[in-house]
Amino acid sequence: MHDELLLEIVTPDRLAFSDVVEEVTLPGVEGEFGVLIGHVPFLSSIKVGELNYTKDNKKTYYLVGEGYAEVTGLKATVLVESIEEASSIAGEEAKEELEAAQARLALLSKDDPDFEKAKKALDIAETRLKIAEKS
Amino acid sequence: MGASLKDIKRQSVAVDKTRQITRAMNMVAASKLKAAQAKMENFRPYANKLMEVFGSLAARVVSTTNPLLAVRDPQRIRVIVMTSDRGLCGGFNTNVVKEVEKFSRIKKAEGKDVSIIAVGKKGRDFFKKKLPITGTHVDQLNRFDISLASRVADDVVPSFINEEYDELYLCYNEFRSVASQKPVLMRLLPAASLDSAEGEEFEAVADYVYEPSEEELLAHIVPMYLRVLIYRGLLETSAGEHGARMVAMDNATSSCEDMLQSLTQKFNRARQAAITAELMDIVGGTEALAAKG
Repeated sequence: MHDELLLEIVTPDRLAFSDVVEEVTLPGVEGEFGVLIGHVPFLSSIKVGELNYTKDNKKTYYLVGEGYAEVTGLKATVLVESIEEASSIAGEEAKEELEAAQARLALLSKDDPDFEKAKKALDIAETRLKIAEKS
Repeated sequence: MGASLKDIKRQSVAVDKTRQITRAMNMVAASKLKAAQAKMENFRPYANKLMEVFGSLAARVVSTTNPLLAVRDPQRIRVIVMTSDRGLCGGFNTNVVKEVEKFSRIKKAEGKDVSIIAVGKKGRDFFKKKLPITGTHVDQLNRFDISLASRVADDVVPSFINEEYDELYLCYNEFRSVASQKPVLMRLLPAASLDSAEGEEFEAVADYVYEPSEEELLAHIVPMYLRVLIYRGLLETSAGEHGARMVAMDNATSSCEDMLQSLTQKFNRARQAAITAELMDIVGGTEALAAKG
């Protein structure tokens, strides 16, 4: 049996990806989840994190922004505000960014209104580096 | 004989230079418009999909706890005004500004407070002394992506939740065609739960399993929905600005051409008059000589 799932990734700028894949793993707000063909109709929000899909036994990694995914039996539509392919992230740069984010957070007290924002930026930088290292 | 030949020549050179500039601006606007339209085109699938899901969720979930859907007595109103940063685009900015002014006059007559969030320099400059401005985003429209919409949303969402104001509106020029932009004014917050008539068509979409719960998902999607509406406003504003500028510059170019034509005519007439006068002199001179001899 060689049924495949149609994966579509849409961002505000373009249709970023559209192809049949064997499996896709998405960063849901309640944890990572995988989708294969024949999945029950499913709607989930997505947080900033790693998306990967398997095609021809090869995994490709992406960093995606906030959004949601809609899954029907044959198709997975992913709407995210941004997307970056792992291979296009420069490891060095990501590391520098992470350090900068850590430094910024260290300067802020917990009650600072910017604290949450800085923490979020740090999380993103961490995820970004992790993904960069996978490619 | 009126203006001298030299004066006319100088004037027509100046008009010609203006024409070159307006024509160049017209072409720049045309290419920017093309890019802006492509951006709008690319955004459509995302926006449509999100609206669909928002619609189907809003129709199902009767949320009373979501702070962005909270309906309060609208005493304090905030309006996001989207204009261009630069002028020379006809009535483009005036239309939006007038619409907002009319709206604020009506609301003020009802005893309500109106404040402004200005996107684009022209709107900010206009309202600077007229209404309180609580946020500005200028010099951004030249290059922007969805993150600008996020920044605008960051300006308005926390303060709505903190009840600093009760209703949020958005006003921008809708891009109908190159030659036509129409100001639209719509309410953003509290986010409208679609009425039941519209909801019905969504009912049939599919029976989804929701993760997290429908209500939490809605809470997640409302801010996204807001950003989509703001981003759409930005895109329409940017396309509209270039369209309006294109038309304005096209008009300016043809006025220059008209002026050039009449100046050339004037120049030729003056030159002919000068030649005739000279000829008359010569003829007069030779006749005088002949009469002598």
